[in-house]
Amino acid sequence: MGRVRALLGTTAVRLSALYLVLFAICAVALVFYVTALSDRMLREETQRSVAGELRAISTVYRGAGVAGLVRVIDRRSRRPGANLYIIAAPAGDIIAGNVAAIQPGVIDAEGWTTVPFKYQRFGDANEGEHFALAQIIFLPNGMRLLVGRDIGEPEQIRGLVRQALVLALAIMFVGAVAIWYFVGRRALKRIDHLSEASKKIMAGDLSQRLPMGGSGDEFDRLSLSLNSMLDRIGKLNEGLRQVSDNIAHDLKTPLTRLRNRAEAALVGKHDEGGYRKTLEEMIAESDQLIGTFNALLMISRVEAGSMVAEMSEVDLSRLACDATELYEPLAEEAGVLLTHEIAAGVKVKGNRELLAQSLSNLIDNAIKYVDGGDPATIVVKVTGGPGGVELSVSDNGPGIPESRREDVVKRFVRLDASRTKPGTGLGLSLVDAVAHLHSGWLELSATEAHNSAMPGLTATIHLPGGA
Amino acid sequence: MPPMLDTARCVAERQACEPRDKPGKTAHMKILIIEDDLETAAYLSKAFREAGITVDHASDGDSGYFLASENSYGVLVVDRMLPKRDGLSIISSLRAKGDDTPALILSALGQVDDRVTGLRAGGDDYLTKPYAFSELLARVEILGRRKGGRDTETVYRVGDLELDRLSHEVRRAGQPIPLQPREYRLLEYLMKNAGQVVTRTMLLEHVWDYHFDPQTNVIDVHVSRLRAKIEKDFGEPLLRTIRGAGYMMKAEG
Repeated sequence: MGRVRALLGTTAVRLSALYLVLFAICAVALVFYVTALSDRMLREETQRSVAGELRAISTVYRGAGVAGLVRVIDRRSRRPGANLYIIAAPAGDIIAGNVAAIQPGVIDAEGWTTVPFKYQRFGDANEGEHFALAQIIFLPNGMRLLVGRDIGEPEQIRGLVRQALVLALAIMFVGAVAIWYFVGRRALKRIDHLSEASKKIMAGDLSQRLPMGGSGDEFDRLSLSLNSMLDRIGKLNEGLRQVSDNIAHDLKTPLTRLRNRAEAALVGKHDEGGYRKTLEEMIAESDQLIGTFNALLMISRVEAGSMVAEMSEVDLSRLACDATELYEPLAEEAGVLLTHEIAAGVKVKGNRELLAQSLSNLIDNAIKYVDGGDPATIVVKVTGGPGGVELSVSDNGPGIPESRREDVVKRFVRLDASRTKPGTGLGLSLVDAVAHLHSGWLELSATEAHNSAMPGLTATIHLPGGA
Repeated sequence: MPPMLDTARCVAERQACEPRDKPGKTAHMKILIIEDDLETAAYLSKAFREAGITVDHASDGDSGYFLASENSYGVLVVDRMLPKRDGLSIISSLRAKGDDTPALILSALGQVDDRVTGLRAGGDDYLTKPYAFSELLARVEILGRRKGGRDTETVYRVGDLELDRLSHEVRRAGQPIPLQPREYRLLEYLMKNAGQVVTRTMLLEHVWDYHFDPQTNVIDVHVSRLRAKIEKDFGEPLLRTIRGAGYMMKAEG
């Protein structure tokens, strides 16, 4: 019972049933239409032949009177497959003809009988009733003449049509079942395969992929999009795992330092000034840690795209001018020349805060790592065109070897192995994430590729143009 | 917010170690802290009291709203996520009744959007956890004094330094000091809040409209440039650095 219900619950069965019902309705309607049509044609044919015969008999009657009429009727009655003939007295008693009995009242009205009537021929009393249509005319002497035709034939045709209908319905039912079996059940099987694979994936095996039939049909397309979704999930998952590894590694170290400092202060003998110094160092260390946490959270949120809501028109030229101006004193103090080539009025659709922070990170990095350039120079550039907008920060420092450029974008990756410069190793990761959030990308290239000693680094944020 | 506790303790010690030299400035201020984490609330209350500020505390949204409606406070410090009633709804309900007590929202949600929603709900300032107590104190003090408002004054004076907000001219002892537009805005903000600690983040927010922490302390360089211009040839220092907190404009005596 449960199995049947499950079967009835499947889409394939429902579709087949719906198909069957619709086609049955159509077939029945068609059959009835055809039957009605043929019925009408047969009646018309009957009427035409009866009317013709009646005309001929009337002519005989006009020439030869009642005796001639009886004669012609007798003759015609004996032909094989003859029509029905009755000559009746004014009172309705049958005088001549080939009919033994007739439904009472039929002969009392002149003209065409509206419905088929019952009659009995001579000699076939045991064969049951026959139906006929007839035309009746009243002769001038009060006698009645009936000429009719048996309509047993049309009834037979109707029976044939009914048989055909039953046969057609049977074939349709078989067809529906076959369609369900071959098409529906196959589709059902594939859906079952999909659910099987999904279950495995849900159980934790993210490397599983949904099966493909190879025909490129709807199911393959579904599998394809689900598979690419899984790829994306896998990548995010991988990113998450990488981040947790990095957190474990890069946050444990400062936490350990923090703890050690506290412990050392606790066991050591210090005056108030000593304690205060330790506490201040610990606060600085905590702030650094918090900064790292915030940057990580920020990157995750930007990567998850949850900040898309606050997109508005941003004047990139203005933003770059402001950022340059913010860093200019710092650069000067570091002995770096910070200049800009900013095209006016370049606008993009984006998040001002994130773009400003990205540019700050790039300028900050450049100031930190430019040393070696002579004179150390940083150029902030904004160019805009219909093809896209570019926001770049170039320096003439040692640059980044081409092989490492992809790495530095990753979280916590710092080329400065000794880690003497302050920083979290997250700056470029954020810039990269922000560029992607804005449907753009971050490009790292050499400022002067031919200068092998000091190629410099140019970080360019490419953004789609036109706000 | 249990993860914040350690930081909170650190900041408490920092506060205890660095008493501010602001005699009587905010002694009359009374604030309401609506914070469900009792440990944070206790530490905040203690730290504010040490800074001379009277503190009431509510530990859930309903009682916080009740206290804020019944009493008059200088500033409300409202945690964003509270039991019974969320912090933003408290502020917007108060605003709807015409109560414009300055409100500072404390939140673990610190992204740009969160801050914007907080300010739209009627908050006057937004601080992301974890924060340094010195930052919170500086902001509360400035919010508390804002009621009097210096926005209507056309000339700010600190000692013999004058800033004319109409002509954008800065003079010290009658001598004009030419400033870049940004330096002018920096000085204007510092002088508007003369006698109050202004933190680096506050300067970034109000002078540059940046709501993130640049990795390097760019603000210090700007301030020292400004300081050089307004103090170089003049005797009395007016722009002080407050260790572990920020800056303050203040005339001697």
